[in-house]
Formats: sequence, C-alpha cells, structure tokens
Amino acid sequence: MVSPTSSTATPEGGAPSVEKLKDAVIRLAGNSQDGIQTIGGFLARLAGRSDQDVMTYMTIPSTISGGPSIFQVRMGSGEVLSAGDQADFLVAFYQHSYESHISFLREGGVLIYDTDHVKPNLDDKRFVHCGVAITGLTIEACGGAAKDKGKNMFVLGLLARLFSLKVDKLRALITERFGTKDGDVLRNAFLAFDAGYAYTVEGLLKRYYAFEDPVRPNACPQVTMDGNQAIAYGLIAAGCRYGAAYPITPWSSIMEILRTELPKYGGTFVQCEDELAAVSLALGAAYAGHLSMTGSSGPGLSLKMEALGWAVMAEMPLVVVNIQRGGPSTGLPTNVEQSDLMQAIYGSHGDAPRVVVAPQNVEDCFYLTMDACRIAKEYSVPVIILSDQALSSRIEAFDEPDLEKIMVKPVLDLSPRGEDFKPYPLDRMTRHAPPGTPMKGAYPTVTGLEHDEGGHPTGNPALHMKMTAKRRDKLRQLAATLPVPEVCGDQDGDVLLVGWGSTWGPIREAVKRGQAAGQKIAHLHLRHIHPLPNGLEPIFARYRQVFVVEVNDEGLYGFGQLATLLRARYALNKIRSITKTDGLTYRVREILEGVRRLSGEQTSTFSLYPGA
Amino acid sequence: MSSTVEAPAPRQPLKKKDLTADHPTWCPGCGDFAVLASFYRFLEKAQIPHEKIVVLAGIGCSSRFPYFVNSHSGHFIHGRSIPFASGVSLSRDDLHVFVFGGDGDGFSIGGNHLFHGARKNINLTYVIMDNSVYGLTKKQTSPTSPIGFKTKTDPTGAFDRPVNPMKALLASGATFIARSHAAQVNHMVDMYERAYAHKGFSVIEILSECVEFYPGAFDAAVPRKGGKFVEVQLKKGDGTPDDAQRHDPSDADAAFRLANLEAPGVYGVFYQVNPPSKNELEAQLVAKSRERVKHAAHIDVLRGTFARMR
Ligand SMILES: Cc1ncc(C[n+]2csc(CCOP(=O)(O)OP(=O)(O)O)c2C)c(N)n1
Ligand code: SF4
Ligand SMILES: [Mg+2]
Repeated sequence: MVSPTSSTATPEGGAPSVEKLKDAVIRLAGNSQDGIQTIGGFLARLAGRSDQDVMTYMTIPSTISGGPSIFQVRMGSGEVLSAGDQADFLVAFYQHSYESHISFLREGGVLIYDTDHVKPNLDDKRFVHCGVAITGLTIEACGGAAKDKGKNMFVLGLLARLFSLKVDKLRALITERFGTKDGDVLRNAFLAFDAGYAYTVEGLLKRYYAFEDPVRPNACPQVTMDGNQAIAYGLIAAGCRYGAAYPITPWSSIMEILRTELPKYGGTFVQCEDELAAVSLALGAAYAGHLSMTGSSGPGLSLKMEALGWAVMAEMPLVVVNIQRGGPSTGLPTNVEQSDLMQAIYGSHGDAPRVVVAPQNVEDCFYLTMDACRIAKEYSVPVIILSDQALSSRIEAFDEPDLEKIMVKPVLDLSPRGEDFKPYPLDRMTRHAPPGTPMKGAYPTVTGLEHDEGGHPTGNPALHMKMTAKRRDKLRQLAATLPVPEVCGDQDGDVLLVGWGSTWGPIREAVKRGQAAGQKIAHLHLRHIHPLPNGLEPIFARYRQVFVVEVNDEGLYGFGQLATLLRARYALNKIRSITKTDGLTYRVREILEGVRRLSGEQTSTFSLYPGA
Repeated sequence: MSSTVEAPAPRQPLKKKDLTADHPTWCPGCGDFAVLASFYRFLEKAQIPHEKIVVLAGIGCSSRFPYFVNSHSGHFIHGRSIPFASGVSLSRDDLHVFVFGGDGDGFSIGGNHLFHGARKNINLTYVIMDNSVYGLTKKQTSPTSPIGFKTKTDPTGAFDRPVNPMKALLASGATFIARSHAAQVNHMVDMYERAYAHKGFSVIEILSECVEFYPGAFDAAVPRKGGKFVEVQLKKGDGTPDDAQRHDPSDADAAFRLANLEAPGVYGVFYQVNPPSKNELEAQLVAKSRERVKHAAHIDVLRGTFARMR
C-alpha cells in the first residue's frame, strides 16, 4: 500500500509535487465491454517492461454480453505478493462501480470517476475525489465516431500522466496491440490516450505520483503473461506437441493458444466432441509415443475420470491440466475455488494412484508444468496440474526463462526392442514400445485389464497385488526425489501456515505482516501434493499449530481437502483448517483473521494478531 | 529401461504364424473367429509389415481382438476406441490404424464418438462386429437388437426401435462404408482390402453371430442355412445396360436405398467418397504454420513469442 513507505518530493517552482510510490493498488471498475482488462493488461506489461513487480486480479462476468467487471493492478518496485486487500486508487466508470467498490478504497485513497455517469458522495471526506468527464472527453477526442469505445484508452492516458509512467513504452505497447488492425483503430486509440494524458488533474489532485526505481538484482528481461499462458508455453517448452480438449471456462484459453501454437512446432491440438473423447484422444497420442496432454475445468475433469484410470492401469504418461472453478456441477464458472483436489487425487474408480501438482503463481505455472511433463514421462503415469480461475487470469511479470538451458526436445523412440522386452516389468519402470517399434519378441498390448508383465490379461490375485504395488511404489519413488519445500518466516514457533496453489502470495504476505506484528509464524507451500514430498514431519514438529489455508469448504468434519489429507497422512491433531467459499482469492486480512480465530480457540492466553 | 538391439534381419514374408498371438477366448463357434481369421488372411495377402499397423479396441467380446493379433495393439475403455485411435492416427501418419468393437461399443456408449470421428474423416479403419446383443455382459439388449428379441433386460422382448447401422453410418459422414458377414471369409477379406486402400474414415459393419446369446441371428444371409447372401454390384463404367443397374458408391441416396432394404439386406461397399482426411488437413495446417515461422528451430519460435511478451 502507498502510505507507509511513500515520501513526498520537494515541489519545484510551484509545479505540483510528485509523490514517490513503492507500490500502488489501482482498481478499475466498470463493465466488461469497456475494455478495462485492456487497461489493466497494458499497465501490467508496462510494469514488466520497467522491471517492476506486478500482479493483477480480475473478475469477469460469466455472461458474454457484459456486466460489472473489475481489473485490479498492483505495481511496485519491490516484491508484489498479492493483488492487494485495499485499493489506493479506484477508477469508477459507473454508479454501480462506485457503489460496489468504494468500500475497497483505503482511507485517504483517490477516487477517479466519470462525472458523466457517477455521482459520488462528496461529503465523504475519507477519500480524495477526482471527477473527470471520461465519456464526454473521449467522444470529443475521437470525434464521436468511436462512441464510448475509447474510454479505456482515455483512462490509460490519464493514469499515465498521474503516475508519471513511461509514455514511450506505453505507446509502443499500444502500437503492438492495435497496429495490426486497420489504421483507424490505432489512430483512435492514440487520440483517446493523448486526450487523457493531456487532461490536467491539477485542480483536483494536489500531486502527481511516480514509482520508485526498481531494485532488481541482475535484471534480465521480464515477460508478462497470465497463468494460462504460462501453462501453455510451459507445455511447449517441455516438448509437448500433441493435445486434445473441449472448451470450458476458465480452461479454454490454453486450448486456444495450443491450437494456434502447436502447428508452428509441427504438432497438433484437436478440439473434440467432449471431454471423454479429449482424454481418450490425448491418450492415443501418448500411446503413439508422444508427450501428450489434455485439460479442462471441474465438470470436464469429472468426465475424464474413467480414462484417467485406464492411464494409471496401462501406465501411460499424460499431462492433464485442470483450471479449478467454483463447484460442484456448473457451479461458479468464473470464480475461484480449490475444491477439485480430492477428485484429482482419488476421482477414478479402483486404486488409481497418479500425480497431482499445483503451481503457486504465474511463473510457477510455467516451471511446474515443465516438471509435470518430466514426471509423466519418467514415471509413465498421468500427472494432473491443478491451477485455478484466479491464476488463470492473473497477470504477472517474471524473468524470461532461459530456454537454452531448459527447453526439451520431443523424442519419438522407435528403436528396436529386444527379446526380453516386457511392457509391464515388475522390477523396473514401464517404458512402452510405441507402435511402429520393431520387436524381436512378441508385440505388446497395452491394456486396462489387470495384466502380467507381458500385458496379457490375468485375474491372478498374486499378480493383481504385485501390479497394484508397482503402480503405487513408483509414486513413492517419486516422493523420495521431490525437494522438501522451504519454510518462509520463523523456522520454529507458534503457527505454520500451509497452503497450495494460488494462495501462495497472500499467505506469504500474511506471514510477513504477522511477523512484523511480533508473531512467530511461518509459511510452507506445497507444489507437489500427490505424492507429498518426504520430510514434512520434522517441519510440522517445529510448530505448535499447523493451519492449512484453502479456498474450499471445511466439509463435514471441519477440515478442508488438503487439511483432511495431511491429517490422514501425519495423524496430527494440531493440523487444522482455514477455509472459505466466497469464490474470491484470499485477502491477506482474511488469513490473519483465520489465524487469530483458530489460535484464540486453542490458547486463550495467547494472542497471535495483536491489535487487530 | 528397455534394452535396444540391432535391427532385425531382413524381413521374411509375413505368415499367419507371425500374426497369431494369444489363443482367442471366444466361445467355440462365435462369429468373431471368422472375422479374426479373415483379418489374418488380409494382412498376409497385403504383406503389411508389423511396424505399419496398430490394432485397437474398446470393451466387449469383440473388443478382445487386440490380444489375438501379434501386432502393436491397445485395449482401451468401453466406447472410446474411436477417439483413442484418432489420437494414434493424427499423431502417426506412418501407421494404419485398425479398430475393432461391438455394436454396443460403437452405436451405444460410443455413438457420439463414431459420429464425430466419421465426420472429421480421420484416417483409420473401423470394424464393427455386430451381434445384435451384449455378449460380454451376457445377453442384455443392444442398440441393434430387433424388436421382440428377448434379453435379460427385456425379458418380454425388446420394444425400443433399433439403430439401422448402415443408415447411421451414412448419416455420420463416414467416407467409406461397407457391410459384410462373418460367414463370408472371402467377402470380408475383400472389404478389408478396400477399406485399407481408402484414405479417411473407413468402416465395415460385419454381422457376427453370438452363438451363446443370439444363435441364428443372421442365418437369413447364410446360404448353407437356407438364406441368401446378396452382394452389392458396383458400377464398372463399361457403358453396358447392365451397368446402369449397378450401384454407384458415391451416390448417397442410392446407398440409403440399399440401407433401407429388408433383412437380410445386401453386402458390399455401400458408399465411398474422397474428401480430404483430417490427417491431410492438419498436415496442411502444420505446413502453413511452419512456413509462417520460416521453419525456425522450436527454441527460436518460443523465444520469438517471449520477446513479444516483454
Ligand atoms: C463404462 C462401462 N460401462 C459398462 C461396461 C460393461 N460392458 C462391457 S462390454 C459391454 C457391452 C458389450 O457389448 P458389445 O459392444 O456389443 O460387444 P460384444 O460383447 O457383444 O462383442 C458392457 C455393457 C464397461 N466395461 N464399461
Ligand atoms: S458370448 Fe457371444 S459374442 Fe461373446 S464370445 Fe461367446 S459367442 Fe462370441
Ligand atoms: Mg454386441
């Protein structure tokens, strides 16, 4: 937030002063058709290009024709961990935007509103009011032809001036974005942008703002993208060239990217008639010897379950992306929830162990996806990547990956196999011989029936026991190789917060704030959830309480899905749950309140959240 | 790790013994034996090497097929063999994909996939072994069971109108559609050969008797049992008056007329057209896309994308 670290520069010769900001939270509230995502996207990419840290938060209405929508950008010159609990600046396009979001503006924050649509309560002295005729001025600038289409560009210009943003970089971004369309679009964008930039807010605001210069060690160029893009490009970097899926929000953008991108790499992505077909087609490509993937969101993941069981039984490598949304059923298609964990781990019938991983931020969407691809191949097993709606649409900047070091070449291994080849050996990892492979011995059948080492169906109890153990033990082997996650915060103490997936930033920020307030608190984030890495017991032993923070329901017995698993795995009573189901990402404050509530229940003499 | 060895010695012509694998587990007398035998005969005749084919199936008695052929093969889940096979076909143009399955697997649980695989014209050959009953699960009504047929799920006789397989296939958009009978080995071999030569989605419906649960189902087309096996006569283009009476396989209306004939109907190629397969269209898309990135190395394509995200 602005206040604690900001300082006011000396005014020069009567010009308005410039306040230096370490970071700022800007919330844009309007309707989805106003293109506020575009403003947010430009700001995020500008921050990335300026070596600043950035995180965005977006809500989109589930109806296509529009409806209230917000885009929140938090830009800063230090580490930005969450999109911010409160806004420092609120841009309100309509009365409903103002009414719904004014409570998010912190005291002393700046409200910028469209005087053509919004009548704020000017008596409310908690806020600085800055009214601008956004609609009227945009029409004036673009000659009326553009109607209210250019309002977003006008606001972008306004913000560029207000925050002393690098205009040349912004203009370059605008040109990149609209330059390929017909000339009018780009011209109108600049007309609106320039009008916003030229608008003098001096009468209304006492000062302009500027971000402190970022301190980034060995700065390499940053790339700015959302979580879904990071997953798509992670797949490509890992050598995945084949995939199949059926559209569903918020998964679809990954398949849209892959459908366009994979052919550039000689690959193919197929849009199928349904998710049953999609997972089956992806498994066909995997059987054919390729690294292959499918993906979906909740309802689609449910439909893939039978085939995923086949993949476990047949020991077929496959990467499955699931972008979680609110469930069950059609649920809350455009909201966030972490409620598919149990389905990901246990959703298929039978004992069907497979791997589940969950990326913690946008950068991790890229790298953990690559790791998922590696695991699928090395252990010949399906790997489910659990991302969520919040990560899918959140834009972050991160260091451009060093492709020279990490890019994986796809290989199709059709080298002849010897007489001793077995598709399902009991004493080593399965390595399939794809069709087309010359065989010295019998040609193999891959199968979903229980089988002997040669792939022949069998109902032999001893073999079923051995093969079940084989499929389970390879995940134990994997667990032994997984890095023990680092603990951030106090290395021992009162409370360990455990999280998974997109809650990483807010939990980390909560721990920092808690520590600053004198609490003995720490954060452990699990990226590999099934199997869990070895070596967590000694970590849990160092804390009096372990609270698992998740965006899902506390369930019948009072524990969220990961908490339930951890309690079953470690049999520790001190593992408890902080959960919520409002469909929104955690605010830092909510986590700290949860900590206080649970600590209060357990130890009456002990206050973990002083002054709250 | 699998051990790798030197390439096998120069190939001997394929014999039946190179092609047999596990001994079939079907009931003695099951029609599926003949479907399998004619498949061996076709492979032997065509001399297609092991490395060029793959045999896939869903679930059912008929879907046990892959275990009985010594080739790369896969036994997938009930009803989903077509998308599975599509994944193999679309990612491996060097292979010819054969898919085997039953009437329940194809027209009931897998009906939607059959329709979409067909309309997309995915390059593969699909053999539906229709016994008009659920064999593996022991005599329940199937989508091709005729009205009045008594099963465990319709003990008083089925009354839901059955699928007409040939009409369903014609409506699906499949580009090669043939019908055969398990009592006619030579005819089946002929149909395999034609389907194999076809580029795109080729499907053969083979009436294959379940001696256990629906004996005599297709006797009406078995001359030995007093029936009539009438073959479709295809146009020869010889300009003779006889030729005018023969069937033009590119004529969908004529094909529908054949499909509408009373049981036991006729056997042979009902329909064949040659639009581009999805395999070809996807390959064209890849070629264009590679051209657009100037055939750059994969790492450079991705680098270029990241550069635009800075
Ligand atoms: C999802 C699922 N549902 C049901 C079954 C049980 N099942 C196995 S085969 C079959 C029907 C087989 O009939 P058909 O496809 O005609 O093959 P046939 O045995 O007659 O050759 C059924 C219902 C299954 N294996 N999987
Ligand atoms: S039950 Fe019927 S279909 Fe199955 S093997 Fe026996 S005869 Fe053949
Ligand atoms: Mg059947």
